[in-house]
Amino acid sequence: MTPELVGGLESPDYASHDRASHEPYTQVFTGDVRRELDELLKRYPNKMAALLPALWIVQRERGWVPEEGMVEVADLLELTPAYVKGVVTFYTMYHQHPVGKYFIQVCTTSPCGICGAEDVVKAFLRHTNAGELGVTSPDKKFTVIEVECLGACGFATPVMVNDEFIESVTPDRVPDILAKLT
Amino acid sequence: MAEQKMVNLTIEGRQVSVPEGTTILEAAKTAGVLIPHYCYHPGLPVAGVCRMCLVEVEKAPKLAPSCATTVAEGQVVHVHNEKSLDARKGVLEMLLINHPLDCPICDQSGECELQDYTYQEGRADSRYREPKRFNPAEDFGGDVMYVPNRCILCTRCVRFMDDIAKEPTLNVSERGDRALIGKFEGRDMTHPWAANVIDLCPVGALLSKDFLNKARAWELDRAASICPNCTQGCNVIMETRENQIVRMRPRPNENVNAFFMCDWGRLNYRWMNEKNRVERPMVRDTNALVPTSWEAAITSAARVLNGKKVFVAASPMLSNESLFLLTQLMQDGNGAFRVREGEEAPLAGVKDLALRRERAANVYGAEKLGFKKTTDLLSGLGQGDVLLVAGEDLDGIDASALSRASAVVVINSVLPESAPNAAVVLPIANFSEEEGTVTNLRGRVQRFTQARQAPGETRPSWLVLGDLLGAMGRQTSFFLPSDVFAKLASTHKSFAGLSYDSIGLKGLPVVDAQSNGQNAPVAVGAA
Amino acid sequence: MGFPHQPHPRETTVLSKYFGDAEARTLDGWKKRGGYKALEKALGMAPADIVNIVKESGLRGRGGAGFPTGLKWSFMKPGDGKPHYLCCNADESEPGTFKDRECMRWTPHALIEGCAIGAYAIGAETAYIYIRGEFTEPLYWMEKAVKEAYAAGIIGKNAMGTGKRVDVHVHKGAGAYICGEETALMNSLEGRRGNPRIKPPFPAVSGVFGMPTTINNVETLIASAPILLNGADWYKKMCLSNPKSTGTKLFSVCGNVQRPGTYEVVMGFPFREFLYDLCGGPLHGRKFKAVIPGGASVPIQTMEEAEATLMDYEGFVEKGSMLGSGGVIVIDDAQPMVTVIARIARFFAHESCSQCTQCREGTAWTTKILERIRDGEGTMEDLDTLLDIAEQMTGKTICVLSDSCAVPVVSGIKKFRNEFEALIQGRRFHPVAAAVA
Repeated sequence: MTPELVGGLESPDYASHDRASHEPYTQVFTGDVRRELDELLKRYPNKMAALLPALWIVQRERGWVPEEGMVEVADLLELTPAYVKGVVTFYTMYHQHPVGKYFIQVCTTSPCGICGAEDVVKAFLRHTNAGELGVTSPDKKFTVIEVECLGACGFATPVMVNDEFIESVTPDRVPDILAKLT
Repeated sequence: MAEQKMVNLTIEGRQVSVPEGTTILEAAKTAGVLIPHYCYHPGLPVAGVCRMCLVEVEKAPKLAPSCATTVAEGQVVHVHNEKSLDARKGVLEMLLINHPLDCPICDQSGECELQDYTYQEGRADSRYREPKRFNPAEDFGGDVMYVPNRCILCTRCVRFMDDIAKEPTLNVSERGDRALIGKFEGRDMTHPWAANVIDLCPVGALLSKDFLNKARAWELDRAASICPNCTQGCNVIMETRENQIVRMRPRPNENVNAFFMCDWGRLNYRWMNEKNRVERPMVRDTNALVPTSWEAAITSAARVLNGKKVFVAASPMLSNESLFLLTQLMQDGNGAFRVREGEEAPLAGVKDLALRRERAANVYGAEKLGFKKTTDLLSGLGQGDVLLVAGEDLDGIDASALSRASAVVVINSVLPESAPNAAVVLPIANFSEEEGTVTNLRGRVQRFTQARQAPGETRPSWLVLGDLLGAMGRQTSFFLPSDVFAKLASTHKSFAGLSYDSIGLKGLPVVDAQSNGQNAPVAVGAA
Repeated sequence: MGFPHQPHPRETTVLSKYFGDAEARTLDGWKKRGGYKALEKALGMAPADIVNIVKESGLRGRGGAGFPTGLKWSFMKPGDGKPHYLCCNADESEPGTFKDRECMRWTPHALIEGCAIGAYAIGAETAYIYIRGEFTEPLYWMEKAVKEAYAAGIIGKNAMGTGKRVDVHVHKGAGAYICGEETALMNSLEGRRGNPRIKPPFPAVSGVFGMPTTINNVETLIASAPILLNGADWYKKMCLSNPKSTGTKLFSVCGNVQRPGTYEVVMGFPFREFLYDLCGGPLHGRKFKAVIPGGASVPIQTMEEAEATLMDYEGFVEKGSMLGSGGVIVIDDAQPMVTVIARIARFFAHESCSQCTQCREGTAWTTKILERIRDGEGTMEDLDTLLDIAEQMTGKTICVLSDSCAVPVVSGIKKFRNEFEALIQGRRFHPVAAAVA
C-alpha cells in the first residue's frame, strides 16, 4: 500500500510522540563538554548568543533535546526554560523527541519535487518499514521525514542521514544506501 | 528641561502637533482618531506584528505600520481611506479563518476587540473552506487559562512577562500557522502580576479562571475605584453583576500603577461582597442589642460619647473623610489602627509599583490624620475610656481586653464577635458601597466611587459620623462626601488646596508628599 | 557545463574556478592558487579606499536583493566607538539555489578571505559566518579552514602580522529559511527565534547585539577579493548588457534540464543560449515549459519571456521576473504547474515565522486552496480568492516572505491560467510529451 504523503504543515518531526519513555536524563555539560561550551561562550558578547550552539551540543550528546536538556541549558545561559523551549520549537532541526538511529530527511520542495523526490520518499518508507512519515520504524532504526529545500537542488534528490549529506538519490539507490548504514 | 521639538502633520484631515519621536498611532490619538490595532499597547515594547495599524502616508511607497513609524514634518496620513480599510479588512479576514467563532460561549464576548473591529470594518462572510486548526485549551497556572484556537498571536502576553514582569514564562511555540503561546511544563503563571495578561489579551484566548462563565460583559455595572487591598492604591474598575462584585480590573494611571494591578489585589474582592452584615442600627436594652431607628441610635451614641475621653480603634480601610471625622470624636483621646502584612511583590518593569507589605488602602491617610499604627490594637485604650470601634471587626482581639472600656460603640459593617457588650451599633457601608478618598503610600489622594448598593439600612460611614458629630452639637451634618473632604482640606495643611474636582479620577499628591515617590509618571519598561 | 560538469567554454569562472579541486580546500592549496593575496593588500589599505573600489566595481548583493555592496559598506560609520560586526549570510535556503554550498565546500578559504576583507572595510573586528544547519559538508570545511587560518596567523588578533584584529566565527543554524533574511539572521545569531525585525532601526545603525552590523551573502564577499586584486575597472568591464549589472554571477541550475549544476557567466548573458547550450537543453523527449530564474521567490517566466531575457538584474525585470539569487528552476511540460506552485506555497507556509497576520495565515490558506485545486476539488472562486489573498500578502508585512509566497501564485495564475482552469473544470493534467525514454 503506498503511504499517504499529505498532511498538516507541521513538520512530521514535531509530532508529539511518546516522550515519557526515554532514559533518565544525565547532565550534558560536565567535564570536556562543559569546557567546550565555555570556549564557545568566548565568541559572543553575551550568553544568550550561545543558545543555538549549546542546543546542538545537547542533541549531539543525547540524540535529541529533552526538556531536562532545555532546563540545563537555560540555567547555564541565564535564560528561562520557557524561553529556551520557544527557541527549540522554532527551529526544525532540533528533535523534540527521540528518533530512530538513522534520521532520514528527504527534500521534496519543488526543484526536487519535479525530479521525482516523492518517489524517493516512498522508497525510503517502504525499505525501512517505517511506513509513515515521522514515525520510527519498529526496529527503532529509522525515522523518515520530508524536509524543505536542502540547498543541493542541482543534485536532486538530496537526502540527509543524520549528519551525512547524500546527493542525487533515486529510488533504485535507496536499498544500497540503507544497506551501507546497517 | 530641553525644548522638545514639535512635529506638525495631518491625520485624517486634522492638524496635529506632537513631540518629535511620537508614533503616528499615538499622534492620531491626540487628534481623536483611533487607529485600530492589536499588538500595540502603550505599556509594552512595540512589536509591529499584527499589521492591523497599517495606514496610508501620502508619497510613501508602502502602507506604514503606525505603531512603529515616527511622525515626520508635513506627513499626510489617511486612516479610513480605501487602501487602509482594505488592508484592515484583509487582516481581519485572515484572523478569523482559523478562529472557532464561538462567541456564544466565549467570556470575551462583548468586550472583544476582534468582535468590535470585525463588526465595524470586517467582512460579513467567510471565504474559508478548509479545515480549521485545532489545539486544546490549557491551564497556564495562576488565574490564567489559554484557549489557543482564539489566539491572534499578538504576543502582548509574551512581551508583558518578558519585559514588564521580567520573568519570561510565556513563549511563542512552533512556527507559521501552527504557532501558539506556550509555557514550560511545571513553570506556571504564578508570578504575582501574571494575571495582567488576561486584561492585555484583546480576544478570548487568555481568560481568568476566577471569572470564567460568571457574567457577560454587557451585564456588568462598572465603577471607578481604588484597589483597597494594599497601600499602592492601584486604580481599578469594580465590576458588579446583581450587586455582587464579580471582577476587578486595573484602570490606567501613569502616576500609580501604569496599566496593571497585581493578582492578589485583583482576586481579593470577595470580602466586599460579605454577607453576614449588621443591617440595622442597634442599642443595648439591658442584656440584648435591640434594633432601633437611626435617630435613636445616633442620639444614644452621642450620649455615650459626649464629654468622655474616647479611644478610637479604627481601620486603615476607612476613607480619609471617615478618619477625619473620627479624629473629631476623639476629644483629647487618641486612636490607633492595625494593618495586616504580607510579602512585597514588585513589578520589575515599572518604576515604584509593587504589591505592598501593608495590606490596606489608607494607611498613609490614617497616620497623617493622627492614628497610631500598632500591632496591639487596644494597647492605647485607657482605663475608663469610651471605646469607639470603627471599621474594625476585632478579629483575634480577646474580649477581656475590652474590659478597660467604660462603654463600647461599634460603627462597622459586621458585628464583631468580641464586642457583645456594645452599647450602640451603627451599621455602615463597606469600601465598595460608598464614595470617598484614600491616600496611597506615596501620599497620593485618590477618589473611589460607589460600586454596590449598601444593604438594609446601612449608611455611608462619613454620613453616620457626620450625623454623630451633629448630635453631639459639634457641627451641622454633611450631605456629600465632597463637603467632608472640603472640611478636611481646610483643616489639615497636607490636604490644602485639594478638592474632589481637582482630584478627579487620577488623584493628586498631598502637599508634603515624599519626594522619592516622585509622583511623576511611572516609567514603564524603563526600570 | 557548470560544476559538477566540466566548465563550459562560454563560462567565465572567477569564483567557481576551483570547484571540484580538492586541494583548493586546504590552506596550502589555496595559497598556491593565489589565495590571501587580496587580504594582504586590503590590510595595507585604508578601509575607505576598499569601500570605494567595491563601490566603483558595481558589485551588487548576490543573495537576492542586489543592493550595491560598496554603498552598503559605506553605511558603517567609522570612529563611533562601537564594535562593528560583519555577518556572512550562508543560510542559503531559497529553493533552487545551491551556489553558496559549492563555494563553501570547495573554496572555504575564499570565504574567509572575503569575510576578513569585508570586516576590515567596515571597521569590524568580528565576523560571524551563519551557515544553515543542514550544510554539514560546508560546516566541516569552513570550521577546518578557520582553524587553519587562525593557526597560520592569517586571522586572529594579529591578522597577517599587521597588528589588526580580525576574528571569524562559524555559527550553525538549525533549520529555518527565514534566517536568511538579514534581520532574522541577526536575531538567530543572538540566540532568539528567527523573527525578522522592523526597520528602522537599520542594521548599520543597530544590528546584532544592538551594534552597527553589515550582512553580506557568501558570493558577494568572495567576489570582493578578485575585485581588490584586479581593480574595479576589470570587474566593470565584465558586462554584456546593462552597465548597472557588472561582473559574473553564479547561477544554480536545477530541475528538468540535461546538465543541472552551478554555472558562472558574465552579467547580461543571453538566457536562451544559457539554457539550451550551456545547460544542455531539456531532457530527452521533453520541452521546456516554464523557468523560475531566481529562486522560488521570483515570478515564473514563460519560455517566451525566458528566451528573450538577458541575464542581469534589469534584464530579468524587463522580461517579467527578477534575477534574485540566480537559482534557475527549469520546469518542463511533464510537470503540472499547479502541483509545482502548490508545493512552493507549502514551502513558504512551512517557513513563515508567524509574526505577521497576513503571512502566518495567508501562506497556509494559499497552500490549502492550491492543494485542493491540485487534487481536483477547486472552484473558479478559488482563483479570485487566491489573488485577493496574494494582494493582502504583498507590501504589508515586516519582511518579504509573505510577498514571496504571493509571487508564484500571481505569476502562475496569470501565465498558466489554463492549467488551473482545467483542473477546476474536472479535466486531468496531461503531460504534453510521453514519459522520458
